[in-house]
Amino acid sequence: MPKPEILDPQGKAVQGALPRLGFTGVSDVRQGKRFELEFAGEITDEVLAEVNQMAETLLSNPVIENYTVSVEQ
Amino acid sequence: MRIGVVTFPGSLDDVDAQRAVRIGGNEAVALWHGDADLKGVDAVVLPGGFSYGDYLRCGAISRFAPVMTEVVEAAGRGMPVLGICNGFQILCESHLLPGALIRNDHRKFVCRDQLLRVENNRTPWTSAYEVGQEIRVVLKNGEGGFVADAETLARIEGEGQVVARYLEVNPNGSMNDIAGVTNARGNVVGLMPHPEHAVEELTGSGTDGLGFFTSLAASVLG
Repeated sequence: MPKPEILDPQGKAVQGALPRLGFTGVSDVRQGKRFELEFAGEITDEVLAEVNQMAETLLSNPVIENYTVSVEQ
Repeated sequence: MRIGVVTFPGSLDDVDAQRAVRIGGNEAVALWHGDADLKGVDAVVLPGGFSYGDYLRCGAISRFAPVMTEVVEAAGRGMPVLGICNGFQILCESHLLPGALIRNDHRKFVCRDQLLRVENNRTPWTSAYEVGQEIRVVLKNGEGGFVADAETLARIEGEGQVVARYLEVNPNGSMNDIAGVTNARGNVVGLMPHPEHAVEELTGSGTDGLGFFTSLAASVLG
């Protein structure tokens, strides 16, 4: 997700479109990205650490974005 | 001097940059994104365009191209590197330059002849200009909004790392009207406008951009 202090023009565009469709009451919209990574084996702490490394180096830009990692079986 | 111009898949302005390098009195050397080889050049230009289709984030994938490993290492040794537009985005993603570039605040692609003020002429790319000199060069971007956290912004302003600022209008929502920045050492410069399109009367809005390509020779001779 873009960090709270970073302007999110795409979120603003979506927010602007909602009232035109009759959806009211939305005070803010922020748009982020979701990556789904699949692993053949078990998700160990080592794998998770590596995924965090991927998130920091390539999947997100830590200068402007925050990220979270979650595991789904 | 021999100046390398990198071509990534999706680069648009690599040939214009090579031409500007030659008009500026230097030899242009074509470099390929997939080769971990700078061919012994004295400086590198990362040109504008949409490398890797701007997938993920502008410049995010180019940053890991084999040639960039060499560019990052050479920049660390003090080699002059200039990133224009997409090249600026690649340099920010590489963490060679502070901050990041996000979508224009007005959400439209902007294409105009933009007035700039040169703020720092102590870099090898801007030494041909006077501090405070106003120049007009082409600007064309969709994601040119320069952002940085408050601490970084204060630091680059305090250290004189702002290279150029937008005048008359802020075309993309950049913080403090910042059009270009340099690193702490001053050898790496990123610029959102396109000086390589302003080097000939026939095709440009003038020749105000030429200084970026004549500065190198001057800075070495000086």
